[in-house]
Amino acid sequence: MALPPFQTFLDRHAAELLRFLVATIGREEAEDCFQETCLAALRAYPALAPDSNVRAWAFTIARSKAIDAQRARARRPVPVPESPDRPTFDALDDSGAWGPLAALPPKQRAAVFLRVAAELSHHEVARVLDCSEEAARRSAHEGLKRLREELA
Amino acid sequence: MSDVAVREGVERASRLGGAADVGGALRRFTERALDEDLVDVAYAATDSPLGELLLAVTAQGVVRVAYIDENMGRDEVLEDLARRVSPRVLEAPNRLDEARRQLEDYFSGRRPAFDLSVDLSLVTPFTDRVLTRTAAIPPGQVLTYGEVAAEIGHQRAARAVGNALGSNPIPIVVPCHRVVRSGGGLGGYTGGTHRKEHLLGLERGDAARR
Repeated sequence: MALPPFQTFLDRHAAELLRFLVATIGREEAEDCFQETCLAALRAYPALAPDSNVRAWAFTIARSKAIDAQRARARRPVPVPESPDRPTFDALDDSGAWGPLAALPPKQRAAVFLRVAAELSHHEVARVLDCSEEAARRSAHEGLKRLREELA
Repeated sequence: MSDVAVREGVERASRLGGAADVGGALRRFTERALDEDLVDVAYAATDSPLGELLLAVTAQGVVRVAYIDENMGRDEVLEDLARRVSPRVLEAPNRLDEARRQLEDYFSGRRPAFDLSVDLSLVTPFTDRVLTRTAAIPPGQVLTYGEVAAEIGHQRAARAVGNALGSNPIPIVVPCHRVVRSGGGLGGYTGGTHRKEHLLGLERGDAARR
């Protein structure tokens, strides 16, 4: 058993990694984050055990790059919004984006995407979010509950 | 409200604007990966009169030219490169521009020989010697398996030379098709004898006379 070519990894996972980043940090920053994720993955790839859970590994890298981007954003001076009630999270005002998901706390947003769109197990979500399985379960549950309320 | 609606919302929120965006993001990533020297094997597919070819280069040079057909799939070739060279294998057509251009010129008769560095790290030392000698046979000429064997100092190794040529990872560019049987027979070829015939014909100028 050997690692597949990195291109195969991209063919399989690039689209969902980009979508995960769009859903978690918004489309404006998603592409930069995607580049960083893929570069980090490519750097680390040869050392990956061929039988590892490549998908969870990839989401874990994306998650950590998303957190880096969030921290960088938090450090940047906040521009005075043109309209004060305009939400700061860019996915909110982008056409095609979905407000209620963007309104969730980051961890719940990531947990919901990973459970609902990527269909990872709670165990895998816990790994990606670097928390206990119980906490992962709770994040997804809370997030979904709020979304259902939002939609009701 | 149903989970279907929640699911649809999540899917919608994660869409960047269609598949085109993934393609663009991937192209920009590939450029950056090349800039940062993170790509150990760059490959591209190209068409030729002999069918689809897969070309791959390392920092040393062309490491693989493969005939892609029902006998040899693209995935098989790439998996082999990942296993034997490095799993950092990326489709990066820009890196293959020069090789593709030279192949195009070769097949159209504008260029008799290649000016490309090659990476023979996939082959054994014996095969390396056979291929290095073979690479020096001028276009339009042929040697026999026995002659190549003799020239590298292994008089009786005609069969081993045949096997070594059969394992040539860089056909066309390293012209293993220029080695034939002593009785006038064509001998075998990694891509099938019809391809060997075509290449030898091309180098004799058959294409120009056609």
